[in-house]
Amino acid sequence: MGSFEENIAISANIRSDFALIAKWIGNKAKVLDLGCGDGSLLSQLRETHHIRGYGVEKDDSNWLKAMINGIDVIQMDLEAGLSGFEAQSFDVVVLSQTLQAVLNTESIVLEMLRVGREAIVTFPNFGYWKHRIQLVAGKMPVSKNLPYQWYDTPNVHLCTIKDFDEFCMKHEIEIMERLVLTDKEPINFMPNLMGSLAMYRIKAGK
Amino acid sequence: MLENNSVGIVAPQIAHFNSPLQLKGGEVLTQYHLVYETYGKLNKNKSNAVFVCHALSGNHHLAGKYSADDRHTGWWDNLIGPGKPLDTNKFFVVGINNLGGCHGSSGPLSINPITDKPWGATFPVVTVEDWVNAQARLADFLGVEQLAAVIGGSLGGMQALQWTLSYPDRVRNALVIASAPNLTAQNMAFNEVARQAIITDPEFHDGYYYNFGVVPRRGLRIARMLGHITYLSDDAMGAKFGRKLRDGEIKYSFEVEFEMESYLRYQGDKFAGEFDANTYLRMTRALDYFDPAAEYGGNLTSALAIAKANFLVISFTSDWRFSPNRSREIVKALLDNELSVRYAEVTAAHGHDAFLMPDKHYHDIMRGYLNMIEV
Repeated sequence: MGSFEENIAISANIRSDFALIAKWIGNKAKVLDLGCGDGSLLSQLRETHHIRGYGVEKDDSNWLKAMINGIDVIQMDLEAGLSGFEAQSFDVVVLSQTLQAVLNTESIVLEMLRVGREAIVTFPNFGYWKHRIQLVAGKMPVSKNLPYQWYDTPNVHLCTIKDFDEFCMKHEIEIMERLVLTDKEPINFMPNLMGSLAMYRIKAGK
Repeated sequence: MLENNSVGIVAPQIAHFNSPLQLKGGEVLTQYHLVYETYGKLNKNKSNAVFVCHALSGNHHLAGKYSADDRHTGWWDNLIGPGKPLDTNKFFVVGINNLGGCHGSSGPLSINPITDKPWGATFPVVTVEDWVNAQARLADFLGVEQLAAVIGGSLGGMQALQWTLSYPDRVRNALVIASAPNLTAQNMAFNEVARQAIITDPEFHDGYYYNFGVVPRRGLRIARMLGHITYLSDDAMGAKFGRKLRDGEIKYSFEVEFEMESYLRYQGDKFAGEFDANTYLRMTRALDYFDPAAEYGGNLTSALAIAKANFLVISFTSDWRFSPNRSREIVKALLDNELSVRYAEVTAAHGHDAFLMPDKHYHDIMRGYLNMIEV
């Protein structure tokens, strides 16, 4: 498991969802990026959207990179919850391609919606046809969005778009917008089969 | 021998103040003096001054040596010097011995200008706020309106935090390391045991031991031994001493049997020979009384609302005297006020003492942050 942080760092570099996340973020918004890596997303949003950003990062070397990038970065483990943040103190809380790698998935999503008025969650869709084919062929899926072998993957809670929709319904989470992508192209037809990356803009339901 | 990146041979300086200083406890110091050391040069804009605040037993001698054959360097020499994380090529670094100290500033060992006799036990009980006020007078004296940064570990971190509350416009960055927004009951309990060790020493004489030509060595020694236990983690003590015997065999006696005992006695003896008991009492009280949230019904967020500085807060995983949780309280209050804050939780085995160690990641953080400060 020593490669966990390394893997997260690698995935930070291949995060293709930044530009799309930016579309869901208002000008001058107050943004909390959970698992912010080297702070690229926040740096970018600061340039384009003049946001007030804070990052959360557990890994030492990513934390240091984020700080040197000028990010207000808090070193902590997401698994411990967000008790260090006041309720409704952020406009948006972002969890970019990290959902599948957290243990306390349920509580983290609910914490995001406590701290933020809105949340953005992105994750690799396990229901993507290329993944399904590999499973049918009897192998654990390996793809661009899931670049790990079964034995070195940090991903412990993989889910499909259908799974996450049901999760939201069960927890009375309102899905404001949903975007499904494959190779950066939006997928509208059979997204749970055709889409490799899922992006949700959510808020707490009434 | 001096290393290449040492500040070199240094000498303390002294600043005298004749305008009265109102203390939080009610008394007024009509005249006082502060001993300080500086490293690097104050720039033309006077925008590169950094104050480094000392902890319980520290002083103004941060870096360098007093002579070429001086065996000891200043207490934060691993951090401060040309090319070091707190780079004296960039910053004008100032170390100050706090009021009530025993290394040259006005304190129990100095002369009370009104009576012309040593203050001794009559020196007032001073607080973190008083220290910061006195330090601000020194900044005035040095011609520095605004500090680039105030840095401190432990009790020094409390002073850095207090600077941002007492003088929000006079400090741009506060580096609060291995510190806390106040002491826990357990922490105050350790202080009370340390004070009781000193006060009940028959040679304490109610603090007037100077008149009897003695010092309460036993009390100081026990106080320091206790302190050292709390500055180290169980793991660090285990790694350093374990159950190692000093002479290789058990002697069934109350002499030094284990290496750990030898270490504690050495530290206690060394300290008792060089530190003033009345100062020690006052330093522990300054720790006990520090509690900026108290005036705000215990609400630290409200207490810190006045701060404007950018913050770097650092804690160490094995520090149980000032645990990471206490730093997180500070961080939360800063976040609540939407201040700029970076918080690092450094994995370290050394316990509270880790803030004095030259750990690479810790120093990379310090260097990275200090590099970003514009002067």
